[in-house]
Amino acid sequence: MIVAQPNREMYGRTLVELGEQDARIVVLEADIAKSTNTFQFQRRFPERFFEIGVAEMNMVCMAAGLAATGFVPFASTFCVFASMRACEGIRTSIAYPKLNVKIVATNAGVEIAGDGATHQGIEDLAIMRAIPNLTVLSPSDPVTTRRAVLAMARTEGPFYMRLGRQAAKVLHAEETPFEVGRMIRLREGRDVTLIATGNMVEQALTAAEILSSLKVEARVLDCHTIKPIDVAAIVAAARETGAIVTAEDHNIVGGLGGAVCEVVAEHAPTIVRRVGVADVFPGSGRDYRRLLEHYDLDAANIVLSAREALHSCHAVVS
Amino acid sequence: MSPALQFDAARLAATARALRVRIIRMIANAGSGHPGGSLSAIDVITYLYFHRMRTRPAEPGWKDRDRFVLSKGHCAPALYAALACAGYFPDATLDTLREIGSPLQGHPDMRKTPGVDMTTGSLGQGFACAAGIALGGKLQGRDFRTYAMLGDGECQEGVVWEAAMAAAHYRLDNLIAIVDNNGCQTDGYTRDILAIEPICEKWRAFGWQVSRINGHDFGAIHKAVERAQVRDGRPHAIIADTVKGKGLRAMENNPKWHGLPPTAEEAELFAAELAGELR
Repeated sequence: MIVAQPNREMYGRTLVELGEQDARIVVLEADIAKSTNTFQFQRRFPERFFEIGVAEMNMVCMAAGLAATGFVPFASTFCVFASMRACEGIRTSIAYPKLNVKIVATNAGVEIAGDGATHQGIEDLAIMRAIPNLTVLSPSDPVTTRRAVLAMARTEGPFYMRLGRQAAKVLHAEETPFEVGRMIRLREGRDVTLIATGNMVEQALTAAEILSSLKVEARVLDCHTIKPIDVAAIVAAARETGAIVTAEDHNIVGGLGGAVCEVVAEHAPTIVRRVGVADVFPGSGRDYRRLLEHYDLDAANIVLSAREALHSCHAVVS
Repeated sequence: MSPALQFDAARLAATARALRVRIIRMIANAGSGHPGGSLSAIDVITYLYFHRMRTRPAEPGWKDRDRFVLSKGHCAPALYAALACAGYFPDATLDTLREIGSPLQGHPDMRKTPGVDMTTGSLGQGFACAAGIALGGKLQGRDFRTYAMLGDGECQEGVVWEAAMAAAHYRLDNLIAIVDNNGCQTDGYTRDILAIEPICEKWRAFGWQVSRINGHDFGAIHKAVERAQVRDGRPHAIIADTVKGKGLRAMENNPKWHGLPPTAEEAELFAAELAGELR
């Protein structure tokens, strides 16, 4: 049975599971194996684990070379370094030639807390989403993290996956169907839709309970795939519910909120409110829950945003 | 080509001369491209494709083939000329260089061009990818060699040294880096832009076995690459001192020709010069 744990821990476990089944799986690491949890694979398969040191660009390029010889490399580091220090390597040496490399970026977002802005990756979804050929995943809980890792391994092509640092509750039943590119409906409601990704899915579920007590029934969608974005689910949300609120531990510019707005604007104009980091560099905090609240990345702000969205959409109608 | 082939410097020189003409015509035809570095690199590339490397042009994906990664990807015309001559694709394809829909992109694309072992163009990345290929070969227990050609300006990229460090750490003695040391880069002479010397000492300090040769002397190239077949745990670097624009008096050692295409008229004069008519 899958229990609450940081998604990066489930990533480490699933890598070992994959390593047992497939000799082509190799793992590259940039000196933070204990944080990314690739150390689990290192212990079990030392001959297929490559410590590249503090050299993220070289790590992703070497992963590309390994993929070109038929291996299935997983390359891991923190979200800031994967998406920015190694960005052009991912773009030009992996995504452009469609090489079978899986980038797994951990410790994403504000929730890493103590280390502060230098280590709080809040731009990666926007950056990675802009790269052609790349599939971008951002699972919310240990169940979907495991399924996402397995899906990446069996699907040929380049992937980027983002994971948080903190413990994640189990939000999905283990038998929940998981399909890359298809959001999972966690709650049904007709008044408003909350579309969340990563650690904000749990916040969205809490927000939906609060809204329900206020007689507002919210649909909650877990958007574990940022690219390709699930157009059908967004259009249905726009048509069937009154407004959409997006929630992500990421800048409000260009990430999940941006992706949803693009779809809504083109296919079904609707009021959208984006919950996320308000285009500022965040900072340190000792308690990550308080820090998330400090940056309005919490259920209370999702509730507020939903009510504002409904209010402004009623204003538009009248 | 078969490694058992008798070394024949005169034959290789004749092939290189023909490829130089092809490079000039190809770039003039395309209206843009990098002739200077293509001409400095072509002798080493000729040696690799027409004497050294085990390849099967009819089966570009052959798993045991030797790999060539043109990390200085802007010199793609040199690679394309060699690949066409080796039979990977028809010679006429060279006339489509840089055209819409052409398999011959401005920089090498492993998905579009048969025989291209790695997509390159962003300097430094190809070399790091080559280290990954060499690591993959070792892991699979395959006996192929990976040759990576870098520019001297390219050695200014940080990732080159990240990869050099990793290659030595992982004892990639199946990896052979060849620096086409033509002394010029886009903005001028390398020594003025950002000096890379002492370049042999740098590679050696990173744990590589290093040799330095005249990159236009087939005998010297042969000897150095032969020596680099030794597998003693160290990767091999060959600093090939070359002349930018080699073979054309107007172009030699002139940084202007880094990224300037010849006009149609110039191309014909250059072709004649290469054919020896103007000597």
